[in-house]
Amino acid sequence: MITARTHADERLLRHARAAGLGEIAEKVLARERLSIDDGLALYRTQHLHALGALANHVRERLHGDRTYFNVNQHVNYTNLCNKLCKFCAFQRLPGEEGAYWLTPEQAADKIRAQLAHPVTEVHMVAGVWPRIPYSYYLELLRAVKAARPSIHIKAFTMVELDQIAKVAKKPLSEVLPELIEAGLGSCPGGGAEVFSERVRAATYHLKISGDEWLALARQVHRAGLRSNCTMLHGHIETVEERVDHLDRLRKLQDETGGFQTYIPLSFHPENSELAHIEGPSAIDELREIAVARLLLDNVPHVKAYWILLDIPVAQTALSFGADDVDGTVVEEHIYHDAGATTPQRVARDELVRWIERAGRIPVERDTLYNEVWSPRSAGRSAVASPSTA
Amino acid sequence: MQRAYTTGSMTADATTELARSGTDPFPASEVRHGPYAAELARIEDKVLDGARIERDEAELLDARADLPLLGRLADHVRWRLHPHAIVTYIVDRNLNPTNVCVTDCGFCAFYRRPGAEGAYVLSREEIDAKIEETAQQGGRQLLMQGGHHPYLKTDWWCELIAHIRARWPQVNCHALSAPELDHLSKLDKRPVEAVIADLIAAGLGSVPGAGAEILVERVRKIIAPKKTSTERWLEVHRKVHEAGLRSSATMMFGHVETGPERVEHLLRLRELQDATGGFTAFACWLMQPDGVPEESLYPQRGTPVEYLRVQALSRIVLDNVANIQTSYVTQGLDMGQITLRYGCNDFGGTMLEENVVSAAGCFHLAPIQRIERAIERAGFRPRQRNSWYGSVDARHDEHSDGPRGPADAAQARPRAPRAPNAEAR
Repeated sequence: MITARTHADERLLRHARAAGLGEIAEKVLARERLSIDDGLALYRTQHLHALGALANHVRERLHGDRTYFNVNQHVNYTNLCNKLCKFCAFQRLPGEEGAYWLTPEQAADKIRAQLAHPVTEVHMVAGVWPRIPYSYYLELLRAVKAARPSIHIKAFTMVELDQIAKVAKKPLSEVLPELIEAGLGSCPGGGAEVFSERVRAATYHLKISGDEWLALARQVHRAGLRSNCTMLHGHIETVEERVDHLDRLRKLQDETGGFQTYIPLSFHPENSELAHIEGPSAIDELREIAVARLLLDNVPHVKAYWILLDIPVAQTALSFGADDVDGTVVEEHIYHDAGATTPQRVARDELVRWIERAGRIPVERDTLYNEVWSPRSAGRSAVASPSTA
Repeated sequence: MQRAYTTGSMTADATTELARSGTDPFPASEVRHGPYAAELARIEDKVLDGARIERDEAELLDARADLPLLGRLADHVRWRLHPHAIVTYIVDRNLNPTNVCVTDCGFCAFYRRPGAEGAYVLSREEIDAKIEETAQQGGRQLLMQGGHHPYLKTDWWCELIAHIRARWPQVNCHALSAPELDHLSKLDKRPVEAVIADLIAAGLGSVPGAGAEILVERVRKIIAPKKTSTERWLEVHRKVHEAGLRSSATMMFGHVETGPERVEHLLRLRELQDATGGFTAFACWLMQPDGVPEESLYPQRGTPVEYLRVQALSRIVLDNVANIQTSYVTQGLDMGQITLRYGCNDFGGTMLEENVVSAAGCFHLAPIQRIERAIERAGFRPRQRNSWYGSVDARHDEHSDGPRGPADAAQARPRAPRAPNAEAR
């Protein structure tokens, strides 16, 4: 479809041309797919504002000013893990100080502790430990669902699903319906790291490969579940490897359409074996959001995950391609063990306030992006929202 | 519009009304498609062509431009004025000799009334110890400001400054903001020119820009009714410039001011700078409301993007002030790095000590190495400077020599910003 160019489009094109990104801008305006080389050029350009303007154009074309968040809580049910990834500060071996494994009832207690709050989603991810039986996962889902029947359970990364199928001793295609029956509603996007075999061999060789991650995600989508996708950036990976990663996500999405949201995950070096690496800087994080928004033309949402970016970068990212900021979280361990200093709980009103103050329209969503609340539907006042009244 | 307020303290009514009169959030995507799109496009071209923008244009940018537009324009002006990829900072310390103050600003968590619990005047020994520590760490500047103490007159300050200059000649006294100079003039019952002359004779090297808040009387009557007026603040800086010293300028925003009042503030500074060329730099920050005396009457702390917008606008409007400082101390190192692409070319001081904004719940000091890495990773070369924005860095760059001291600095007047259209960056 060819649409007439507006004055704004012409101005964007001129800005991009002055930055040497004219051809890419032509494609963006024509809604054509960007190539691998385009991706490399976007990562390498020093024209941060031209890059941001292109990503912002796509973001506003897809979502206008709408900026999504949800009221959620995290439950990291165990930190026992045998993957020994070098970038991780969360994992423990049994007997190690700080090692824990929540019973289904203990996990349910965390859900019940939030019953007074309008939580719509629990995000459950954890370590991978082979002695955790298949029955545990089913009981965990059932206990959480019993504690709060209305809650949407977004749980188990592809890495965990791989393990769950192993202990279940049956193919994932048979396991997924049982997990869904027990309460699983969708899957998070973690554990993808960087698909490059070189990076995997150097930093997380015990974890599933990129091909395996993608194959598992394909099965999740075929079982009727939506999932998210991620990339852990800012450690030893090259820009070529980053573009390749995004391209492989894009190809699977062409096939299944099952990804809802892409979330760039910044490597936090503290307390990990890679503590000598700096991790991405604030401007690197903005660039990551923008490049992803431009390359992943078939993934609806790009998230600026505030708990790892912190509010200054997350709020700025709303003008660099991001249309989602994640949620209220309540309790988070994985990034906080790696030195994240963000408050673990952001009041709903505070999220609404900083989205509005960035000139965007906050939309509280459920996990599947159905609108729960927005000032457009509830009158202008952000403060008098149903869940705080 | 009439507003009710009482002297020295805002009424709740005034606050509520003012909060409403502030810039409402607006849909950012309207910038390129809404009713102001054509006018904003015209202003964009004007700034890209290197021309100065006028009041109504600045007001429209403040109210209706989105962050990408403000960022692009601020970055453009930054590269035009500073074509080399250098970001400066100064190794310095804040030294607040006293917190005793009779001005009673409701937004200040630092001051104490005379005789109140926690009121202090530092002894000479305490001051010397702090300066010695600063000097040993390569410090180049003491930012000395304090409360408006009812008994510490010009003589006390002259003696202190002369003592410091004699013992640590490499450390510049960047001291006494305009309201403090005005206060000394009142205590001494003599013109501020005489006060300034005595301080210069004692060794004062430059004057900080504090106490400007918002240079609009409506705002000052609400937030700082006992402090130096707008006209007087500007007059004192004019006298400082006429006496041959450079000074900096500031703005504290995000409280009761409106968008047009922020623009008015910037234009008053630009006007004086056109006349004297004496400002070295501009810095701005969001008011930090935690724990201040009138906390309940102030709005919530502004958000990072609101800060970034005003930081960018200041670079666009103040086309005749060479340097724009980031406010990483109030915003953190991440935002500090981001501002380098939104108009800032200076990281301010490393501040071995800070007492004023940290009293209001805000403290993000970082060691020099982390500041340098943040600058480098944004694509710039970090360089140490002196109080007059001359380079003192061992990593020499030919183009960045600049003034070596106050006398050089008085000669180096900024040029009118009519450079040819710099390449977009």
